[in-house]
Amino acid sequence: MATLKVPATVPPVADDCEQLRKAFQGWGTNEALIISILGHRDAAQRRAIRRAYAEAHGEELLRSITDEISGDFERAVILWTLDPAERDAVLANEAARKWQPGNRVLVEIACTRTSAQIFAARQAYHERFKRSLEEDIAAHVTGDFRKLLVPLVSTYRYDGPEVNTRLAHSEAKLLHEKIHHKVYSDDEIIRILTTRSKPQLLATFNHYNDAFGHRINKDLKADPKDEYLKTLRAIIRCFSCPDRYFEKVARQAIAGLGTDENALTRVITTRAEVDLKLIKEVYQKRNSVPLERAVAGDTSGDYESMLLALLGQE
Amino acid sequence: MQQFLTQTGSNSSAATSPPASPQPRLRQQQAPRKERDPQNKEKEAPPAAMADEHQDLTRAFAGLGGLGVDETALVSALGRWRRQPEKRAQFRRGFLGFFSASAGAVAGIERCEDEYLLHLQAEFARFKDAAVLWAMHPWERDARWAHHVLHKAHPPQVLVEVACTRAADDLLGARRAYQALYHRSLEEDVAYRVRDANASLLVGLVSAYRYEGACVSEDLATEEAKALAAAVRSAPAAATKLVQNEQVVRVLATRSKPQLRATFRIYMELHGKPLEEDLAAEPCLREAVKCLDSPPKYFSEVISRAFSDDADRQAKAALTRVLVSRADTDMEDIKDAYARQYGAKLADAVAKNTHGHYKDALLAIIGK
Repeated sequence: MATLKVPATVPPVADDCEQLRKAFQGWGTNEALIISILGHRDAAQRRAIRRAYAEAHGEELLRSITDEISGDFERAVILWTLDPAERDAVLANEAARKWQPGNRVLVEIACTRTSAQIFAARQAYHERFKRSLEEDIAAHVTGDFRKLLVPLVSTYRYDGPEVNTRLAHSEAKLLHEKIHHKVYSDDEIIRILTTRSKPQLLATFNHYNDAFGHRINKDLKADPKDEYLKTLRAIIRCFSCPDRYFEKVARQAIAGLGTDENALTRVITTRAEVDLKLIKEVYQKRNSVPLERAVAGDTSGDYESMLLALLGQE
Repeated sequence: MQQFLTQTGSNSSAATSPPASPQPRLRQQQAPRKERDPQNKEKEAPPAAMADEHQDLTRAFAGLGGLGVDETALVSALGRWRRQPEKRAQFRRGFLGFFSASAGAVAGIERCEDEYLLHLQAEFARFKDAAVLWAMHPWERDARWAHHVLHKAHPPQVLVEVACTRAADDLLGARRAYQALYHRSLEEDVAYRVRDANASLLVGLVSAYRYEGACVSEDLATEEAKALAAAVRSAPAAATKLVQNEQVVRVLATRSKPQLRATFRIYMELHGKPLEEDLAAEPCLREAVKCLDSPPKYFSEVISRAFSDDADRQAKAALTRVLVSRADTDMEDIKDAYARQYGAKLADAVAKNTHGHYKDALLAIIGK
């Protein structure tokens, strides 16, 4: 369930371009105008605006944006304006280059997007960075994480609904055995998590629960500080309950002193057209406070306005 | 042909034949399928002509070397020995290895060896395979080959070939076709079915979506050539095999092809010999490097192996596979590479080693 609010009658693309140009011209920038236009257009409309803007003004819209605004607001607007595939490519590139074990962006991209979306992201990555995504991850990530993450992003999962119950049973057993022996980076665990289709994996996790009396994630909590185990748990959560996963990311970004703006921006811009409404519902349930109120309390200025616009506030 | 083959199986039941109590009649029923027998004619013809005909007929049935079946010779032989079962009987008696008088002695027949039947089936099928594969979409072809290799547990050469010699989008297309045909992803099946040391390399190769641009970093190539050399050096003492070495798999499965070629070139410059030579102990790895470095050279080697005397079923089937799959891509380069490596024109080699419609089909595919 998307939260993006697009006006009932969308102005013609040329008008939007004109208005945006006006917003950038002169002293200062009309941020509210930027938010009111870009914050209320879907991916196809934004793409049309970018194309028309480049034709009309000889400059990339994103370039104008980076020239005129800055900080978290800029990052939010840029990420939002990009095509979903490009956005994933940019986020993945950043995650790979500045990788450290606590980074889950690659897991999010690999596990919450459809096969077609992941592939579109990989193609966008080629065009933008002149390298393949797998190449960059393999070059910057080390050890067991590399063993896990490279196949995770390279795989092109079957997207049909078929489930082989016998296989689900046997692979649940296999996972249990490996986890029991604490060989968390075993080839078999990686094989199952990185090649099986989503429905097949969900069946496997369900069977694990049935057969062993508790969820698989419970068995992966042997060492709460271990980042590799956290990554495994994140993979499983992204498959089973993406809305709850993202709610947690948002919650942890907002909670406590300070805010993790990057994480918050990421959740909101990547899910606004997907399932942000569901995430909001989970957030409300879990925190007894609407996500908009929490965001408003923790952020300010144009950045806050942008996020609230994407959250569906008028 | 299929009909005849099944009829042979039921030769004991005289259901389709006229009252077949006299044995010669029964043999007459089977005979049209089988060879002719030159020996009866030999009784009348001079010895030199006999030998020629014998050769012709054995070649017609692809009994001795070469791929495919000489259909024209077969048809003319069929006509020539009409109504001469005695000649055919004599031929069978003389055609040892494919007909066994001793095995069939109890029943009073020269029993056709099962192996020969299978062999004949395979040879007749070559033209059919070439035509069907040629007509299929390239992605479906690759998907079917990959599936066949995985489910019959054949050596993974085909997988390496498909993964490394196809363009990035064609490999993606093949993976999509595989999903449509078999309702599983290719990586899933490779990971599940390949249980030996080659597994991680193969999964990496088939999952790749390589960057296709031309930009190459010489520094990176040097760094990775050195890393590969270090891996090769430490292989004998290492706990895992070279094909499982993470560095090696990472480089081969993720870098773009131009980048890899630069890396191989620098390896050669640094060590005076090509990387393939140092990979003699790991055939799968070696094939991957060859395919990535120079597909035409690799393919011309595969073609040449299909013609050799001790070529097995897979090696022979590879001829159809290579020629049909590369007809529209780099056939000209393969012809050049073949000429350079073996000093003969590819078309000549094919004409020499194949027969009949199969030969004509391949020559048409190869072009001038």
